[in-house]
Amino acid sequence: MLAFIIRRLVQSVVVMLVVSLIAFVMFRFIGDPVDQMVGLETTVQERELLRQQLGLNDPLPLQFWHFVSNAAQGDLGISYQFKRPVADLIGSRLPATLELSFVSALFALLMGIPMGVYTALNRESVLSKLFLTISLIGISLPTFLIGILLIFVFSVYLQWLPSFGRGKVVDLGWWSTGFLTVSGLKALILPSITLGLFQMTLIMRLVRSEMMEVLRTDFIKFARARGLTNRAINFGHALKNTMIPVITITGLQMGAIIAFAIITETVFQWPGMGLLFLQAVQNVDIPIMAAYLLLIALLFVIINLIVDLLYVMVDPRIRIEGAEA
Amino acid sequence: MTMDSERLKPPGLWARVFDSDIWYSFTRSKVIMAAAIVTLLIFLGALFAPLIAPHDPFDMASLYLMDSLTPPMWEEGGNPVYPLGTDDQGRDILSAILYGSRISLAVGFASVAFAAILGISLGLLAGYMGGRVDSIIMRIADVQLTFPSILIALLIDGSVRSVFGGIDREQSAFYVLVFSIGLSFWVQYARTVRSSTLVEKDKEYVQAARLIGLHPLRIMASHVLPNVMGPVLVIATINLALAIITEATLSFLGVGIPSTQPSLGTLIRIGNDFLFSGEWWIAAFPGAALAILVLAVNLLGDWLRDALNPRLR
Repeated sequence: MLAFIIRRLVQSVVVMLVVSLIAFVMFRFIGDPVDQMVGLETTVQERELLRQQLGLNDPLPLQFWHFVSNAAQGDLGISYQFKRPVADLIGSRLPATLELSFVSALFALLMGIPMGVYTALNRESVLSKLFLTISLIGISLPTFLIGILLIFVFSVYLQWLPSFGRGKVVDLGWWSTGFLTVSGLKALILPSITLGLFQMTLIMRLVRSEMMEVLRTDFIKFARARGLTNRAINFGHALKNTMIPVITITGLQMGAIIAFAIITETVFQWPGMGLLFLQAVQNVDIPIMAAYLLLIALLFVIINLIVDLLYVMVDPRIRIEGAEA
Repeated sequence: MTMDSERLKPPGLWARVFDSDIWYSFTRSKVIMAAAIVTLLIFLGALFAPLIAPHDPFDMASLYLMDSLTPPMWEEGGNPVYPLGTDDQGRDILSAILYGSRISLAVGFASVAFAAILGISLGLLAGYMGGRVDSIIMRIADVQLTFPSILIALLIDGSVRSVFGGIDREQSAFYVLVFSIGLSFWVQYARTVRSSTLVEKDKEYVQAARLIGLHPLRIMASHVLPNVMGPVLVIATINLALAIITEATLSFLGVGIPSTQPSLGTLIRIGNDFLFSGEWWIAAFPGAALAILVLAVNLLGDWLRDALNPRLR
């Protein structure tokens, strides 16, 4: 068990190092950092002085080391377009993205699992076919199109919900939340449906296929032979055994949700990290791009690690194999 | 006698197609036939856009600002000259969709081809060479696989544009898109090809080829490659839908095809600005065209995967 955790930790560190190398290469070689920071009238001497101060004349491995250790301490450079530290910018946008992602994931799970169970148990019913058709459309429609559609129906036509922004937010010092006001909660509805719909269809299809698989196994037949109620069999035995792949996929999808928030945030002008990143791509603001890449990589690595550990806790077979290995 | 010689002749291509399992499963499902017909129609419409489009949306001289924001012909104020209405510059939406799907499909096909070529080559190399080459390629693939492709495409797009910042955006947008979408999709091909190569490389025909002293590249290209291509076709079909979605998304986000040569995603982005003022048709029709195209290609891809999978047959 301990060996397993250590091995996974080492792997995570290697992935992070590779990603920081990519981020460093972007940071250092795409566009000259000095050109971005000084005006046209700066003399060659001043530029050289600045290069010296920034450490751009050091050997590359040393520069990389500085980059990594600065990043580890939260110093991610200064944005070209805003002339402010990237860490501050991202920090002020982080709550918006995390709240949106959290609500979307919740939506995807709370809708996806029951729909998946229902379609697996009532395969021929009309409602199941409806769910499956919806899921096919959910997979085929690009996220931004779903967002536009929702805006058109609920904001423009029915005028029930706001189409952009976070509504009123409450500032809790370092965290600004939209959970505490009515307008903040209303503003969350459309973006989180847009963002969560794809994940919902994914979870639904996964739960459905896993559930159908498990229902065919011997221990379910045995449970039926023992005369257990349908409810006990379906939820106590079958659903429990479908949860392992669901945990994995949901965990891995959490990272995808945060990344896909770029699109949703753009459609709804949601003031989160994704919008910041997209503006950085449009304006070639490399420090923000590099920092965003690092942050997403860190999130992915942490999520993967947690998923792996959860796996070990949920499935005793892996625990035994891990101990032997 | 003549009967016998007739029978001995190998069946022609079409006879083989109509006699195959795939054709059988194709004719069994109405949904799939509908999807195939829709896909074919869109492909043809895109291919022959200059011939069938009622207007040329790129010809500035033929645009009348007076006709801008005309609603579709069945709405009040509509004009039969513009069946699906016009946008803010007076461009005919129907023509713009035909030309737009041309660009969307071109980007889709080109990036799938690029991803496939890259992925197949690297997968062959990794599987056949093994050792360090294998582990380097596959570790890169592992790292890349943890990130969603849209994020990778965005990062590559941003980096490429800043490196070649001086180049004309209209000229380079297509290639930048193909490069960034293609580069974000290669992993799946590489993994599939690698695992089938691992199976193939120990078979007798490969050993024989090695024994007569053929160059490894030759063995990979003309002996192993034809035997690992099966699953690639399925991945490519499913990827085509994904590539079209990615292109549309990037264009919608404003980092894809510029609005002078709009793709479907660009058209939707333009139309999105007019949604609130009631001109719904500018975004709605390109959006519907995109959705139908992707849905049809997805259905075809799903069907092809099942039809080619011997376990499900």
